[in-house]
Amino acid sequence: MPPEGVESVTLQTAKSRSGTKSGGGAWFLVLPALIPILILSVGPLLYGTALAFTDSQSGRTTPTQWIGLLNFQDLLRDTLFWDSFRIGLLWAVGVTVPQFLLALGLALLLNQNLRFRWLARALAIIPWAMPEVVVGIMWRLVYNPDAGILNETVRDFGLGDGRDWLTGLATALPAVILVGIWAGMPQTTVALLAGLQNTPHELHEAAALDGAGAWRRFRTVTWPAIKPVALAITALNFIWNFNSFALVYVLTNGGPGGRTRLPMLFAYEQAFRYGQFGYAAAMGCVMVAVISVMLACYLVGRLKGGDDQ
Amino acid sequence: MRTRRSTRAGQYLALVCYLVFLAFPFLWLVSTAFKPPRELGSLHPTWIPRDPTLGNFRQAFDEQPLLEAALNSLLAALSAALIAVVIATPMAYVMARHRTKLSAAATGWVVVSQAFPFVLVIIPLFLILKNLHLVNSLPGLITVYVVWSLPFALWMLVGYVRAVPRELEEAAAVDGASRLRTLVSVIAPLLAPGVVATALFAFITAWNEFFFALVLLKTPEKQTLPVVLTHFLGAEGVADLGPLAAAAFLATLPSLVVFALIQKRITGGMTAGAVKG
Repeated sequence: MPPEGVESVTLQTAKSRSGTKSGGGAWFLVLPALIPILILSVGPLLYGTALAFTDSQSGRTTPTQWIGLLNFQDLLRDTLFWDSFRIGLLWAVGVTVPQFLLALGLALLLNQNLRFRWLARALAIIPWAMPEVVVGIMWRLVYNPDAGILNETVRDFGLGDGRDWLTGLATALPAVILVGIWAGMPQTTVALLAGLQNTPHELHEAAALDGAGAWRRFRTVTWPAIKPVALAITALNFIWNFNSFALVYVLTNGGPGGRTRLPMLFAYEQAFRYGQFGYAAAMGCVMVAVISVMLACYLVGRLKGGDDQ
Repeated sequence: MRTRRSTRAGQYLALVCYLVFLAFPFLWLVSTAFKPPRELGSLHPTWIPRDPTLGNFRQAFDEQPLLEAALNSLLAALSAALIAVVIATPMAYVMARHRTKLSAAATGWVVVSQAFPFVLVIIPLFLILKNLHLVNSLPGLITVYVVWSLPFALWMLVGYVRAVPRELEEAAAVDGASRLRTLVSVIAPLLAPGVVATALFAFITAWNEFFFALVLLKTPEKQTLPVVLTHFLGAEGVADLGPLAAAAFLATLPSLVVFALIQKRITGGMTAGAVKG
């Protein structure tokens, strides 16, 4: 393909010349963004990590003191923390996995030459453009026990009187997980669709001519082509979901009885309802540790994937 | 490729299921927004309001300071998007054109910043802004939004800079144009659509943002639209459904419009990143 060839040549010349061209002028261009990043992003990150080892609280009069690992010891003994942690993992897995499968199905469909797929593309963007708060409000209207469409549908199909999905102890987590799946569909679908469109069409046709069935074609042609994208988007989705806040804050605010209290909700309550800044920061550090493990798993998976090919 | 008729039928059936799943919550929101109280209280809700009304919208404006909130949101999102793009574009140019350690570090930071739980950043930011007396103020929130939108602004802009052929710059240099002249009269016009798309995307993310606004803005007259929307929910979660739906629907419109305008560019930029990354 000529365009690709041209691009790779440009990149190579760019590489060979970069040494001579990057002069002092570059710093002048970088500083306007670099300074705010260092002061307001990297700085707070280090400050926040340091806070985890202090007894910092809101509105206290005595000076803040270093208390070493005490916050972390307290966290380990805090059953609310363990609950939120467990719920966070359940939620992240419960959203990420079905969302991936559903998005893969939708991406495969949108990659076909179907009528009305423009409509599906347009609709699939809606959840992406909506504020998370509105997504939460919208689903509360859907789940509303009396005036919601879900219970009305349940009644229409003769499946009982319906229930209050978001306040039921057993139904609350599955109900918010469904919203999470819905809300994150577009990004996942778009990423997978991009991977699919990068798959050489000839390979499919060759495989079809050789008599390979749909599943075999998917396994041998489609999946290897989209695997890097699939891994990347799944890792990102897991992390984003583990960190999510607004959706569940609006849907249930962590209730009923903490059944949907995600780690971020727990940390938010500790910091801004009870004023325990140090404790909440320690919680943040634990979340970073979990996410780092996830990223490491992803990188290992990616390296292994590279060996296969 | 030939596809069997039964397969096609199955594909259309699946497509319809997806369409229903994706569309029905939004349609329900719109439907609820236009229903009079009588129909909202009915035990058998209907999809299409029998007596559509605009009363919910008026009541929504009466109940909460929606207009002020929308203006706050607009101000915060516009300023954040503009500042972010103005400071990110030069840096993105350097990152795209020069392979230095700084570019590598910046790229790494872009990736890592996507993974951070905001709570670890917001507590120190809250303390810093409090010392500067910038809590409960839009400038404080805008500052946070600028820094928060920088990673993906850089990410998108680097892609757009790479798409501008290097040869153009070299040709201009051969013709005797200065470095600055080349940037302004050759690169800037070609980069403009990408910069606009990035700014609009930054605008939407700031318009939709909730967590930072919830933590930093305390008084109703300072709050942004997403925060004010949650006031409709009430203390016990009992809500006035009609005005709630009306306000939520209004809050969505700007981002839906902007998103429709730049959708192709965003998905294009995302996909380029996703495939290469």
